[in-house]
Amino acid sequence: MTQAARFHVPHPSARPGEAPDFGYLRLSAAGAVERPSPDARVHDIEHLAYDLVRVLDDDGQAVGPWAPSISGETLRAGLSAMVLTRAFDDRLLRMQRQGKLSFFMQTLGEEAVSVAAALALQPGDMLFPHYRNVGLHIARGHNPVELMCQCLSNSRDMCKGRQMPIMYHWARGNIFSISGNLATQFPQAVGWAMAAAIKNEQHIAAGWVGEGSTAEADFHHALTFAAVYRAPVVLNVVNNQWAISSFQGFAGGERRPFAARGLGYGIASIRVDGNDFLAVFAVTRWAAERARMGRGATLIELVTYRRGAHSTSDDPSRYRPRDEWKAWPLGDPIDRLQAHLIARGEWNEADQAALEADRKAHVDACWREALSYGSMTEAPRLDQYELFEDVYRDMPRHLIAQRDALRALADYQPKAGPASEG
Amino acid sequence: MAQMNMVQALNSAMDVMMERDPGVVILGEDVGYFGGVFRCTEGLQKKYGEARVIDAPIAEGGIVGCAIGMGVNGLRPIAEMQFADYIYPGFDQIVSELARLRHRTAGDFFAPVTIRAPCGGGIRGGQTHSQSPEGIFTHVCGLKVVMPSNPRDAKGLLISAIEDDDPVIFFEPKRLYHGPFEGDPEQPATSWAEHPLGEVPADYYTVPLGRSQVVREGGDVTVLCYGTMVHVAQAAARLAGADAEIVDVRTLAPLDADTITASVRKTGRCVIVHEATRFSGYGAELLATVQEECFYHLEAPVTRVAGWDTPYPHAFEWDYFPGPRRVAAAIENVLEAA
Repeated sequence: MTQAARFHVPHPSARPGEAPDFGYLRLSAAGAVERPSPDARVHDIEHLAYDLVRVLDDDGQAVGPWAPSISGETLRAGLSAMVLTRAFDDRLLRMQRQGKLSFFMQTLGEEAVSVAAALALQPGDMLFPHYRNVGLHIARGHNPVELMCQCLSNSRDMCKGRQMPIMYHWARGNIFSISGNLATQFPQAVGWAMAAAIKNEQHIAAGWVGEGSTAEADFHHALTFAAVYRAPVVLNVVNNQWAISSFQGFAGGERRPFAARGLGYGIASIRVDGNDFLAVFAVTRWAAERARMGRGATLIELVTYRRGAHSTSDDPSRYRPRDEWKAWPLGDPIDRLQAHLIARGEWNEADQAALEADRKAHVDACWREALSYGSMTEAPRLDQYELFEDVYRDMPRHLIAQRDALRALADYQPKAGPASEG
Repeated sequence: MAQMNMVQALNSAMDVMMERDPGVVILGEDVGYFGGVFRCTEGLQKKYGEARVIDAPIAEGGIVGCAIGMGVNGLRPIAEMQFADYIYPGFDQIVSELARLRHRTAGDFFAPVTIRAPCGGGIRGGQTHSQSPEGIFTHVCGLKVVMPSNPRDAKGLLISAIEDDDPVIFFEPKRLYHGPFEGDPEQPATSWAEHPLGEVPADYYTVPLGRSQVVREGGDVTVLCYGTMVHVAQAAARLAGADAEIVDVRTLAPLDADTITASVRKTGRCVIVHEATRFSGYGAELLATVQEECFYHLEAPVTRVAGWDTPYPHAFEWDYFPGPRRVAAAIENVLEAA
């Protein structure tokens, strides 16, 4: 036998210079997948982990059993939040390019994943996002100025300059802090849900990870604990096909869909079109209802595509076809929801243009306000001595001494030369 | 006042706190129905129910991760690691999440989790049931690290740890669970039943975190130690015939530098003892503190006695373990130095 026959290294369907090919995706037609009752036995609904729940067809019609009964008002709110998310994204990416931010991560193309889920859950449900979920904040009404101030590490930064850009949190809005260590939030979401059940409170938790970090132990811990204690939690895997340069095959996606991993744990598992606002909304509602009725966790795989770079630190044209996104078979979430609203007779292209202009103007105004609170380099700046706060609830003596040492350094003049930094 | 061994004292601490605060829950492997492999949680599930004393899957990373989520949702979890040697799968959740959550969210989120971990050697446990990893955790800002040496401290410190809003890693020297151990394997452990520090108030009380304790006053030399080594040091001082002042550090982080500094300034000599390996061990931090704060009071170089820098052995445990002869020799060397 050859080495290649014994040792398999996964390859994506296309690398730079090759024709994009999403033939590996198993798709279902819109409306084709049955919708079981939320209290169905896992054994009876295993096919949902392999099928792809889709609601919006190519004509913008909502079809099939998963089509949710949803008001035009909610749909317009969802569209508005997605448009705002994209405008926010676009603005901050450009500001990073201009050197205003040290770093940024786009959400481009994945807006429905967050926004539809946020609208399907209750405000008291606790969300444990990963780093491409800013739509959760936007959909829950977090003021973009606060998000921008975090990215700027300025005087109003909610993290007081302690985290890189996009590592937001919002205690009042029930959105947990983002960690750069991937998948850690997954067992935390399960623990939060376990506590809700222990206290016999109605709210549930929801967590998100990318498909790449399903390889982390934390993902499996989360599923184990969620299954064992039947925790009221919705566990989302955002399969955007790429983890920096590693296509989803390197997380084990070649053999089975990521949703199918839930089946081994006995957890209800559903694969859904992540660019279909209505499908994401419907599946999240189904999972939340299931959790609230005591049937435990659901693992949802959201099939989507990361249209931008992983972050501002990588160039995707180095590892995938430059125009791969154009071949993506599940379209764009904003375009598709817009087409649906138009098909319902509740929207037109002028409305869309007005919405986009309005949200862009809002982002521009927010950005101007955020900048007025400074940046990492421009006043007003954070007090650097606050670095020593919040390490513990009360500052211990050694940190007081270290803070004083940093203060004293401001007056230090090296004997042999002019005052220098540090 | 009741007479308790360390296991009973720890059990009592958790019992008292579960009674006082419905948010206190216990999560760990075998802690529920069985009451823990060391019996520390015996009877608690029966008393407080399966939803508060929770048997967990064998996944320390999951236990810590879930405990964090529970803490964020208003509970006050006590997570038991069955052995400190098993804590490493939970390391990322402890270091990157638990320790830093308050700081990274500027105080908006925190998780008041206590992690209990039986540690240390002298029980023929080999390399996977004997380790003392405290120095790995004292290096992590945001954690408090505690190691008691007797039942009375154990209960009071554990209650303080559970009540503390910061995460606490609570190491329990398992060689002390049933009696003080002076490090001589030929001598049976004395029972806590006959020891004054086995007298433990049955009700609520605290021993504050962040305070060291002088367990024996003396003028010749200061011995800085904690856990099992507190008892070894006392035996060693007798062997060496030294009038040693023995300081039980008790809370390793944040450190009570004042008690240590006052003692070393008084005696002018210092021996630091721990079971954990020596290189980059916690003793190095103690030594640096002594050097910085007491340099002009020192009459001899400060010495460390620690586990050798090898994995903890099975067959050669008593060659490895910093027993009373090694500590006595170090005390004598320090006393004889100019």
